[in-house]
This record gives sequence, C-alpha cells and structure tokens, in this order.
Amino acid sequence: MPSDPLVAQHVLEFPGGYTRTTGPVIGRFLSELRGRRIVGVRTKEGKVLVPPLEYDPATGEPVTGEFVEVGPAGTVTTWAFVPEPGAGHPLDRPFAWALIKLDGADTALVHAVDAGDPKRLRAGMRVWPVWNDHPTGQITDISCFVPEVTDIVANVRTEYRLQAGGALRVFLEGIERGVFLGGRCDTCAKVYVPYRLTCPECGNAIPETLELPDTGTITTFAINNLPDPRAPEVPFVSAYILLDGSDIPVIALIGDVPAHEVRQGMRVRAVWVPEPERTASMANIRWFAPTGEPDVEQP
Amino acid sequence: MRDVAIVAFAQTRHTGHDTGLTEPELIGPVIGEVKERTGLKRFGFTCSGSCDYLAGAPFSFVSALDALAAWPPISESHVEMDGAWALYEAWVRLQHGDIDSALVYGFGKSSLGDLRTIMTLQLDPYYLAPLGLDQLSYAALQANAAGADRAELDQIVRRSRADGRRNPYALDLPDPEGEDVAVRPLKATDVPPITDGAAAIVLAAGDLASRLCPRPAYIRGIAHRTEPHYLGMRDLARSDSAADAARAAGVGKGPVEVAELHAQFPHEEIILREALGLRDDTEINPSGGPLAANPVMATGLIRIGEAARRVHDGAARRTVGHATSGPCLQQNLVTVLEA
Repeated sequence: MPSDPLVAQHVLEFPGGYTRTTGPVIGRFLSELRGRRIVGVRTKEGKVLVPPLEYDPATGEPVTGEFVEVGPAGTVTTWAFVPEPGAGHPLDRPFAWALIKLDGADTALVHAVDAGDPKRLRAGMRVWPVWNDHPTGQITDISCFVPEVTDIVANVRTEYRLQAGGALRVFLEGIERGVFLGGRCDTCAKVYVPYRLTCPECGNAIPETLELPDTGTITTFAINNLPDPRAPEVPFVSAYILLDGSDIPVIALIGDVPAHEVRQGMRVRAVWVPEPERTASMANIRWFAPTGEPDVEQP
Repeated sequence: MRDVAIVAFAQTRHTGHDTGLTEPELIGPVIGEVKERTGLKRFGFTCSGSCDYLAGAPFSFVSALDALAAWPPISESHVEMDGAWALYEAWVRLQHGDIDSALVYGFGKSSLGDLRTIMTLQLDPYYLAPLGLDQLSYAALQANAAGADRAELDQIVRRSRADGRRNPYALDLPDPEGEDVAVRPLKATDVPPITDGAAAIVLAAGDLASRLCPRPAYIRGIAHRTEPHYLGMRDLARSDSAADAARAAGVGKGPVEVAELHAQFPHEEIILREALGLRDDTEINPSGGPLAANPVMATGLIRIGEAARRVHDGAARRTVGHATSGPCLQQNLVTVLEA
C-alpha cells in the first residue's frame, strides 16, 4: 500500500469472471482444442479461417458449416520479442508473440512462441504447438508454439584401454625419471623427440636413445579461450617447443607468464611435479615456464 | 449535407503523472473555456468519449457529466471510444437539422493503472485476451510486419518530441536516447508517454458557425471505417480501413497542408501517411502528436482540434485530422477541414 494517506489502492475485479457463450463456431474450435486438434472453418469462397469466425470478415457472409483440421504446425509470418514478460503473459521467460499461418489455413493465429534465443526468430520459421497438460477448451490449451525440430544432438562415448609399449614406454620411463628421451637418425642427422623406433623420413631404425635437456625455445603458440582440464586457467597458452639439441618441436602448455607476454623465440624450461609425485606420465610436466634468458632468433 | 464547422477547441495542459484531480475536475476547465469562447451556455447536443476501464470505475463517464451543468436535463450521449467518435456522432446529430450546436469532449487518466494491460481488455475475449496480449506486444507485431527503417522511426520520435516541447499543452520530453528494447522491434523511446488530459470541441451548423468564430474550420468530409479485429486476418503492414476512410472523406481532392495523425507509435505514422495518400509537403503532427502527449480517449479528438486550430488561426486552409481505435489501427476516422 502506498505510504501517502491520500493515495489508495483500488482494484476492479469481477469475481469468478464473466460467463460468455461461445456460439456454435467458436465453441466447436474450443472443443476441438480440448481434444488437442486445431480446426478452421471454411468460408463460402473456400478459404479456411483459423481461428474460426461466424462470419467471413472479407465479405460479411456467414461461413459454411465445414470445419477443417489444420496444422498442427505452421509458419511464422511476423513476430515481436518480449524480453521481460509481464504477469499476464503466457510464459515467464523471454518469448515471442507471433502470427502463425497453420498448415491448411488462409489466416494467421496469434500465439506465443518459446524460441529461446531471439536470433532464431524470423518470418518463415516453422513452429509446432506444445499442448497444455489438462486442456479445458480455451485458447491457452496450447501453451505455446516451439520451433520445428531441425537438428538433434548425437552423443558419442566409447571407452578404450590403452597400453604404452614400444618406443612410447621407453620415452615415458624417461619422463618418470625427469628426462626427455629422443633419438638420432644417423642417415638424416635429425634428432626426434619423443623417442621413436624408426626415422619417419627415411625409415631407418633408431636403435639408441638420446637424453635431451628440459630447456627449449617456443617456435609458435596459440592462446586458447576454451577451458581444458589440463590447463590452469582460461585463457591458456599451448606452444610448440623445440627442445635444445632436437629438430622436431613438442607441444606443451606454457605457464607462469601472462598469455599476452608469450612470444616466438622465448626461452622456456619444463616445470616438473615434485619427485615423490612423479609417474610414467606426461602429467609429470605441469607446463613450460620462461627461463628469463634472451630470446632466440628464429631458425 | 449541412455545413458543420469546428468553432472552438480547448485542451488541458496534459500531465505525465496523476495530479489527483477527479475526472469532472479535469474536464471542467476545458468545458468552461469553449463555453466562454463561443458565448454558448447550452448546446443542442452533448457527446463524450472515454473509457471506464482507465479509472476502473463502472459508469465513471456519468459522473463526468457533473462538469457540464446538466440540469435542466440536456440531450446527451457517450461513446466508449476516443472523443473523435463522439464528434462523429455529434456531426451526424447536427445533420438532422433541428439543432445548430453540439459540445464534444473526451478525457482520460491513463496514469491510474497499467495502460498496457488495461488495453488487453479491449481484445476479443475468446482468442486474444486470454493470451495476455498487451498493447506494446501487439504494436510490436505490427511494427515488425511494417518493417520500417529504424532511422526513419527514430527521426519521427525526435521530431515529435521536439514539436511537443514547443507545444505548451504537450509534455516536455527530451530527445530520444538509448537502445532499450520495449518489445522488440519497439524501442523504449517508440512508446508514447503515459498522459492524463482532456479536450473539448464545439460544433456549429449553418449561420451559427460564422457568428461564433471568425474563421470556422468546416468539416468538408468525415468518415470512419473498420477492419477485422483479429490480427491474423488482415495485413498489418498497411491500413485498408484508414485508406477507405480517407477516400470517403475526400482527403485526395486537394492539397493537405497539415495532417494531425493519431499515430501512437512511429511505425503507425508511416502506415497512415501511406494509407491517407499524404504527400511529402504535408506537415505531420506539428503539435507533437501522440508521441508528445497521449491522453488516451482524448488523443484522437485533440488531433481534430489541432487540425482545426490551424484553420482558426489562419495558418492553413485545408487540414486533416485522424483518429484511431482498437488494436493495430483497427478502426480509423478521417476528417477534412477547410477554411
């Protein structure tokens, strides 16, 4: 109640509401709605009025007694988006009003469309009714319309058991000790890291491992804005790092430095987890952090 | 047809808030003003336009008669519509030929309740009202159907508010600013101000007109037309009923210097200009129009009064007044006034 004693609240209300007769045409429409069907009425000129009226608004002639089932889907002809619904509105979240030309009708129905994002709204949009759980023979037996199904979400998830054998096992055992293991191809004179059994260029066997330092140079990097469980925060930087003495860069996270300060040629060193926590896993390396040395010219 | 002219027009200094005046107190001064200007104390016929839902009081229009001096009994009628339709009824009554003068008034206090949802009550009770379709929502549907250029809409609001600031009876509203959405595509600045106000007009027939007013504004044409109420049964991008009324009133028979249009939203002005066939050299709403003051149930009558005022003061020889009623320009009344 207002605090000013000379201001009063006043309510106009008709308890129980007005009782209105429907007549045969509107009554048929509302009865069909209760049965979850939408019907129009045919005019003498053959048009289908939805919702039906007793007289053709174009000619003033009484309509025929022929009722035609229409929809239930239809096409939006125009719309208006309500960002802040009011108490009397059919939905309590942002929604659209729309004129909907139901399939088989010649006129458009006014109703609400629950489309979520207003960017989805457009003339020509296909919509379908959502029925009230307990239809009673009112226009609100249709709770609202929703966009036609045009896409679905297909979930994929399968599980596997992976085992590190061969060269990967050798490499990860090195990581467990805090060492990067690579290998030199004597034919191509290139050092590969992680260690591999054969040279990808010439195919020759690489019989020996080669210990590499945990320092290197950033050759390129990307700033990532989508969260990743391995990254400490968003945005985070992933980079190609050319370990000293190797010829092929490895990919790793960059940490301990703001994303915008990371650059090509930056010198970095691996940050290892404390020795008692180490396992034969790349999780041993938190990320690479700047060493503070001067940048290196790009090769 | 009998020559009938508007010989006096008065309006309140409209307010954007409730001043606490009762409806008879609001109306009283404007009735007094037109009586004083014409020297008439009694009229052959009296007709008013208002809507009881604005005050939420059944038959509030009856108590409004207290402002008139209605005893001994007067010949009186009321329309539950804008006062422009009361003017039409009075014009028809004067065509009977047995009386020579009529008093017309319209009034409304839209500050008392929530006008947006009160306007839902005028909608068809079977198909539209139960949805809670409110005034801004259906206007936004029409704005989208019309697809008007945003820059043109903004310019209409800017011009209306600037003209309103020069009109002592309209509200002082700042230049429109901001992109706040009312109901998309309507911006908050596209919405007419909530306004309380009243207006009165005196009509006179035959010789009486020139005796009461040095430059009577003769009604050379007046007509109103309607179209289907249900929004899905007509083309909202245009107004066939306004075009029909304009044709019947003879708008196109000569140049129109000033048109006062009952366009509550800027897209309605674009639709109406097209429907009335107004040329670019017609000045639209020099009073500021409904976007500068919108005393519901008097706004349309004020358009006719403002159009008449241009003839009364010699500024124009031929003007048009327009009024509308119902959702999305459902019914339209057009009158052509000439010196």
